[in-house]
Amino acid sequence: MWRRPFPWLIALATLLFALVPYWTNDVQLRESLLLAAVYVILASNLNLLIGYAGYVNFGNIVFFGLGGYVCVYLVSTWHWPLVLAATAAGVFVSALTLLFGLGILHLRGAFFALATIGVNEAVKQLVTNFEPWGGATGIYLSMDAYAPLGGPMRALWTTYLLVIAVMGLSLLLSYAIKNSKFGLGLLAIGQNEDAAGTLGVPTAHFKALIYSISAFLPAFAGGLYYFKSGIIEPGSAFNLGLSIEAIVMVMLGGQGTIIGPALGAFVYEEMRGALLTAEALSHFQLVIAGALLLVIVLFVPDGLMGFIHRRWPRTRRWLE
Amino acid sequence: MIPILASIVDGVLIGTVYGLAAMGLTLIWGVMNVINLAHGAFIVLGMFALYFLAAALGLPAYGTVPIVLAAGFAFGIVVYWIAVHRIIGRPELMSLLSTFAVNMVLVGLGTALWTTSPYNVPVTVPGVTLRGYTFTGTHLMAALLAVAIAGLLYLLLYHTRIGKAVRAVAGNREAAELSGIPTTQVLAMAFGLGIALAGASGTLIATMFPFTVLSGEAYQLKSFVVTVLGGLGNPAGALLGGIALGLIEGLATPFMPVSWTPIIEFGLFVLCLIAFPRGIFALTRV
Repeated sequence: MWRRPFPWLIALATLLFALVPYWTNDVQLRESLLLAAVYVILASNLNLLIGYAGYVNFGNIVFFGLGGYVCVYLVSTWHWPLVLAATAAGVFVSALTLLFGLGILHLRGAFFALATIGVNEAVKQLVTNFEPWGGATGIYLSMDAYAPLGGPMRALWTTYLLVIAVMGLSLLLSYAIKNSKFGLGLLAIGQNEDAAGTLGVPTAHFKALIYSISAFLPAFAGGLYYFKSGIIEPGSAFNLGLSIEAIVMVMLGGQGTIIGPALGAFVYEEMRGALLTAEALSHFQLVIAGALLLVIVLFVPDGLMGFIHRRWPRTRRWLE
Repeated sequence: MIPILASIVDGVLIGTVYGLAAMGLTLIWGVMNVINLAHGAFIVLGMFALYFLAAALGLPAYGTVPIVLAAGFAFGIVVYWIAVHRIIGRPELMSLLSTFAVNMVLVGLGTALWTTSPYNVPVTVPGVTLRGYTFTGTHLMAALLAVAIAGLLYLLLYHTRIGKAVRAVAGNREAAELSGIPTTQVLAMAFGLGIALAGASGTLIATMFPFTVLSGEAYQLKSFVVTVLGGLGNPAGALLGGIALGLIEGLATPFMPVSWTPIIEFGLFVLCLIAFPRGIFALTRV
């Protein structure tokens, strides 16, 4: 796996993400990169499903939100250490997703996509009515929660570095899966599910497995993110809009490639920042994102990476 | 006993309107294999049409329904040519994404123009009192109109040449094209019809309940539940599915807090998808 230049590129980029704000001690840069990293995590894990297996998951944000809830709950009520709580969140959400995935195994294409919308809404309504998690108001973390990490200031840096590490892991995971037999099977499902089945790919199990795998790191990152925010409530944790934005990022960068979703997430985040600061445009953020998605879907379905690969074919060898 | 009965009847009345919205969704799906994720946005446009035509211009509330049907049809055809035509026959992922993009644009524009604060159009229709329980007039009227529009759709689909063409394209597009049916125009028209139904159902919903720009999402999800209950691509099933959903809502409301109804709906939705992916009422197709 490490013989090709690509994983080293990932490692280098991750290291830069981690070290540049740390050395310059630039808090503003750190916050902006943190958001970008969260988007990269969401987009590249979503890509496992959309880009490889060809299945749309409209409810991908449910992993992030539910992971956040589990982790914040464990930290605030049971005083678990952060990393342990986030891991527990990842395992819990992944296991739940696997169970659910086994249930909706035989749903194909659009039916699966519809089911994922239902899942997001159902979980949101359940959490809104779930009193131990604060119902509609959510959970607040007190300042004491940050004490084990050396106070709020240190804790912010620690969570930042952890999020960046998860980002690097997400990209490596995408790479490892794509270069495995499992990944080959997924790509076959994405091309033609019936043919893949005929050739001996256990399609149903592969689908459930990748659905569950794509839940783990977002749930972990959700735990870190909401620990850092110190507050979590159902409206923002299960925001269907963010799910869709993650899809836009994947499509923008180029579904099915490894660097594409990350590139899409980064470009989209920077663009959104610019739109939000421009007063006249801030109301039209959704309109612009929608129009952008429409243009991509209709005219450049393989995204930025597809464009780059066609324009400069040699980049195919080291940008995957 | 009687209060429950009243609640169920009211649920069925509202459910008929859900059925109308779902008929549009299922028609589009059945004819062109596109799941229209912009359905909620068109429902909202129907709601605001009532607000502007009835509350601002002073037209009679139910007189706006034909206008919304006509405008929805025209707008639907425009949207078809912009966003749907290029993705016909491409993977489902693409049609889901492109209709969702349309949804984002419409909802975003709506939010910018009308904010997300609630709107209310007061419509007064005398209710019907039966053994001490009054059934709201607007609910009765909306259900009646929904059934009438559904009847018109049935006549159009099963007793006109255009309807025959639509059904032929739904059955097998290539064979229809070979028989000399201009299938592209038929697809555009079917999309327009679906949007017209969405708009009209939005108008009818707005005569009953207050609404915001973002209400569409909830009604779109209800339409999905209904479609899944009735079977994708099956307009008659959609109406029955709508009534079934209304019945469930009517049954559930006296027993539990309102905030729990969505959980039941989505639970039912996912269960139905798993257990009956072709719908409970999947007896006939377009």
